[in-house]
Amino acid sequence: MARSCHHCDEFSRAALVRRSAAEAGRGLPAIETGMPLPAGTGLDRRTFVTRSFGLALSVYGLGKLGLFEEGIARAASGPAQPVLVSVFLPGGTDSLSVLYPGLDSTYRRLRPQLKLDPAAGQAFSEDNRLFWHPKLSPLATLHGEGKVTVAPAVGYTHPDQSHFTSRHFWEVGATDPGLMSGWMGRYLDRSGNMDNPLQGLSLDYQLQPSLASAKVPVASLAAPDEYTFDAPGVWGQVEDRMLETLAPLGARRSDRFLNQAAGATAASDRLRRQLAPFAQNSGNGYGSPVAYPDVDDSFPHQLAGLAAMIAAGLPLRCVAITAPGEYDTHDDQPQALADGLDVTARSLYSFQRDLEARGLADRVLVLVWSEFGRRAEENGSSGTDHGAAGTAFLIGTRAKGQMIGEFPGVDNLDDDGNLKATSDFRGIYSSLLEQWLSTDAAAVIPGAGSFARTPLLK
Amino acid sequence: MAVPVYRGRFGKPQAERLLWRAGFGPRKGEAEKLAKLGLEGAVHKLTNPGRERFHGPRPHDDNGHRLAPNDAWGHDQLWWLDRMVRTNRPLVERMTLVWHDWFATSRDGVGPARLMLRQNNLFRAHALGSFSTLLMEVTKDPAMLLWLSGTDNTKDSPNENYGREVMELFTIGADRHGYTERDVREQARALTGWRNSWDDNLGPVRFRYDPSRHDTGVKTIFGKRGRFDWKDSCRLCVHHRLHPSFFVTKMWSYFIPTPPPAGTKRALQRLYVEHGYQMKPVVAAILRHPALYTGPRMVKSPAVYTAGLLRALGRGIDTEAWTWLMQLAGQALFYPPNVSGWDDSRWLDTATYRARWAIASYAIRPKVLDSDKAKLPDDALKLVHRAESFWGNPALTGHTHAQLTRFVKNALRDADDHWKKRAYPAMIENALRQLLAASPDLQTS
Repeated sequence: MARSCHHCDEFSRAALVRRSAAEAGRGLPAIETGMPLPAGTGLDRRTFVTRSFGLALSVYGLGKLGLFEEGIARAASGPAQPVLVSVFLPGGTDSLSVLYPGLDSTYRRLRPQLKLDPAAGQAFSEDNRLFWHPKLSPLATLHGEGKVTVAPAVGYTHPDQSHFTSRHFWEVGATDPGLMSGWMGRYLDRSGNMDNPLQGLSLDYQLQPSLASAKVPVASLAAPDEYTFDAPGVWGQVEDRMLETLAPLGARRSDRFLNQAAGATAASDRLRRQLAPFAQNSGNGYGSPVAYPDVDDSFPHQLAGLAAMIAAGLPLRCVAITAPGEYDTHDDQPQALADGLDVTARSLYSFQRDLEARGLADRVLVLVWSEFGRRAEENGSSGTDHGAAGTAFLIGTRAKGQMIGEFPGVDNLDDDGNLKATSDFRGIYSSLLEQWLSTDAAAVIPGAGSFARTPLLK
Repeated sequence: MAVPVYRGRFGKPQAERLLWRAGFGPRKGEAEKLAKLGLEGAVHKLTNPGRERFHGPRPHDDNGHRLAPNDAWGHDQLWWLDRMVRTNRPLVERMTLVWHDWFATSRDGVGPARLMLRQNNLFRAHALGSFSTLLMEVTKDPAMLLWLSGTDNTKDSPNENYGREVMELFTIGADRHGYTERDVREQARALTGWRNSWDDNLGPVRFRYDPSRHDTGVKTIFGKRGRFDWKDSCRLCVHHRLHPSFFVTKMWSYFIPTPPPAGTKRALQRLYVEHGYQMKPVVAAILRHPALYTGPRMVKSPAVYTAGLLRALGRGIDTEAWTWLMQLAGQALFYPPNVSGWDDSRWLDTATYRARWAIASYAIRPKVLDSDKAKLPDDALKLVHRAESFWGNPALTGHTHAQLTRFVKNALRDADDHWKKRAYPAMIENALRQLLAASPDLQTS
C-alpha cells in the first residue's frame, strides 16, 4: 500500500484470520485486543443436516438438534413470510463514486485523479446533481423501474472510522461496542422460533454477526451446492455411474458395523440426491430461470441458491451475505471499485430478475450497506481514506423507490472532510422492522424512538 | 481360566484386520509378511517392535517446508499423522492415540502446542508400560494440569476437576458405586500443590510442585485415612477394587467393538493385576482373542482411516489438507471434543461420510490417471483387480466386489464413441479407486 493505514492493516489481518478460520471450519476467531468483540463470537456451533430439505447447516446457538427437523418443516408449512437479505460491502465503499456529483466543481477539485466523467454514468433521476457509477447501471435500471430506494448519505452521529467499530455498530444496530447480539438476531429472538435455524441464514462459512441471536438458533450455509461427491479424473457418464454405485454399496449388510458404514453411505447418497437440484454441476445452476454472471466468485451463485431456497419453500426470514470486491480503496481505487461494483450489481440484478420470474419478488427485500463512506478529498495515491456517511440501497419490487435523506453535497463536509449523514442506519433498521418485518422496533433497536422513520414500502 | 486365544486360520485377511486394529493398516505387502509369522509371532512383533524407525518420504507442508509442529497452525496434527503413517511401531503409535482418547486433553484448554506434544511423547513413552506409572506421569503433566485445573487446585481453594475425572473417566468409572462426592472432594485436597508461572512470550511455564500450596491435612478416600498427596491419590485409584474391571473393559473397547465375555473379562483382570498393572500382557491377550478375528468389523476412526490410506499408498505427508479434512471427518487430533474423548459409536453420519469421501479423493489425487494418455484394458475384471492392487488388495466383501464390477461393466458399455473407448477405462479406474476407498468395507476393519 502506498499509504500506511493502521486501520487497514488491521482490516486485512483480521480478514485473513477470519478466512483461514473459515477454511478450517472453526467458526469466528477471537478478535484481537483493542477491537470490540464481534457479535456472536461466543455462540456454540454444531453441524446439522436437515433430511427433509437436504441442507448441511452449521447451527449456532441453543436448541436441541433433533427438533430442528420438525421445526423447519413446521415453519415451512406456515404462511410465507417476508424475507430480508442483508448484503455487506466490506471495507467502506466510496459513496462519492457510487453516486457522484459529476458536475460539481468542488468534487472535481477534491478528486483531481478520481473524478468520474458525467458522461460515463446514467443520471440519477431523483437528484440531478448525481450520476450512477458506470458499473452500477444494473441498479440504475432497477431504480428506473421504481425498485431501488437510495440512502445517499447514511451513517450516524460521531462517526467512527475504524472498520471494526463501525461495522460492529451496523451489525448490532447500535453505536455500542459492547453489544454482543446482531440486530437481525435480536429480531429473531423476539419473533422467531426455537427450532428453525433457517430463520437466520448466513450464506457464509461462518455466522454473519448481524444474525447473532441470544436465544433462537440460526445457521450458516456456504452454499447449498456443497454436498457433492466428486473424484479426481472422473466426470460425465463415468461420474454418473460412479455415483449410482453409492446406493448399492450402501445396501444392508449382515455384519453390524459394516452395516453401520453402509447405512452412512446410503444416507449420504440419499442426501446427495435430494441436493442434486441445488448442485453446481446440475447444468442449469439451481434451476434458475435467468442467467447469473459467470465469474470466478461465489456471490452470484450463492444468490442463485438463495432464490432457489426461497422458491423451494425453505422458512427463511433474515439472510446475510458479504458482497464480492475490496472496497477499502486506499489506492488503485478506479479499478478495484469498478471490479467489485460490477459483479455485485450484476448479481443483484440477476437475483431480482430471478425472484420476479419465480413470482417471489414481493416477498424479498435486499439491504445493501457498507461500514462507512470515504473521504471526499482523494489521498494522492489514486485512492481515498476512511470517511463517514456512506450509501445504502434497498432493492425489491416492494421498495418505495424514493430517496431516504438527501445528498448533502461536498461543500458542507464535516470537520474531518467527510460527507455528513442525512439519514441514520438505525432509523432505516427501525423502519424495516416496523414496515417489513411487522415488529416493534423499540424492542430490537436501542433508542429506536429517537430515529426518524421513512416510509420504505409501496 | 486363561484368556481364550484364537485358534483359526491366521492368513492375510486376519493379519490385515490385526494391523488395522493394532495400528493404521498395512503397507503394501505388510499383511502377507505378518501372516507368515502366525498369530503368536505377529502379536509378539507388534508388542515388541524394537527401536522406533520411520519408513517413507519425510513430511513437509504445502510449500515444501519442514513441519513446524510447535509453531504453525495444524502442523502438530500433521506431525502426529506422519508418525502414524511412517512408523515401524504401529501398535505403539496406536496406543498413543488410545491414551490421547483415554486422558483426552484438548489444546482448546491448554494453549501452546509444545505442551500437547510433550504430553503426546509421554503417552508414546509409556504406551505399553505400567498403567500406574502412566497415571502418575499424566497427573503431573503440564497439559493435563492446565486442562483439568490441576494448577488452580490449592489448599485454600480446592478445585475438584481432576479429582473427579481421575476416578470417573481414567480409573474407576461412573455409576458403579466406586466413590462418593466426599471422595471427590478429598481427592481434590490430596492433589493440591501443583503450580506454574506465566511468561508473556511463552505462556504457561515452570510447572512444579509447591509444598506450600499442598493441603497437608488428613483426608479420607475410599474409607482410608491418611495425609494423602498426589501420589497417594493415583495409587488409591489404581488399587481400587473396581479399577481392574474398568481398565480391561475400556482397553478392550479400543480393539473390539463388542463387550468382552464375562470369563474373558475376569481372566484379563487377573492378568492385569498379576503383572502389576503392566499393560502389555493385557493388550497382547486382547490382540490374540477370538473375538477380534471372528467378531464383527469395527469402524475406523478418521485418523486411522486417513493414516491407513496413506500407508497403503506409501505416500508421506505432503499437504496440510489433512488437518481440515480430519476435522471435517470428526477427529481433529489434539482437539478431542471433551475430557471423555471421542464417541466411537458416532463416527459416521452424512457430514463425516462426505469428509471421508474427500479424504479418499485427496489421497488418490497425486496418482490420478490422465484419461487422454493412460492406456488401460477395457476389461471389467482387470480394471477391478488393478484398483484392488492400487490399495494393496484389501479384503473385500463379495457384495462390494460385485457392485464394483457391475459399475465397471455399465460404464464400459456407455463407451459408444471412439474417444470414449479410449478415455473411459482410465476414468473408470480413477472412479474405482475412489469407490473402493469410500466403500463400507474400507471404512471398517
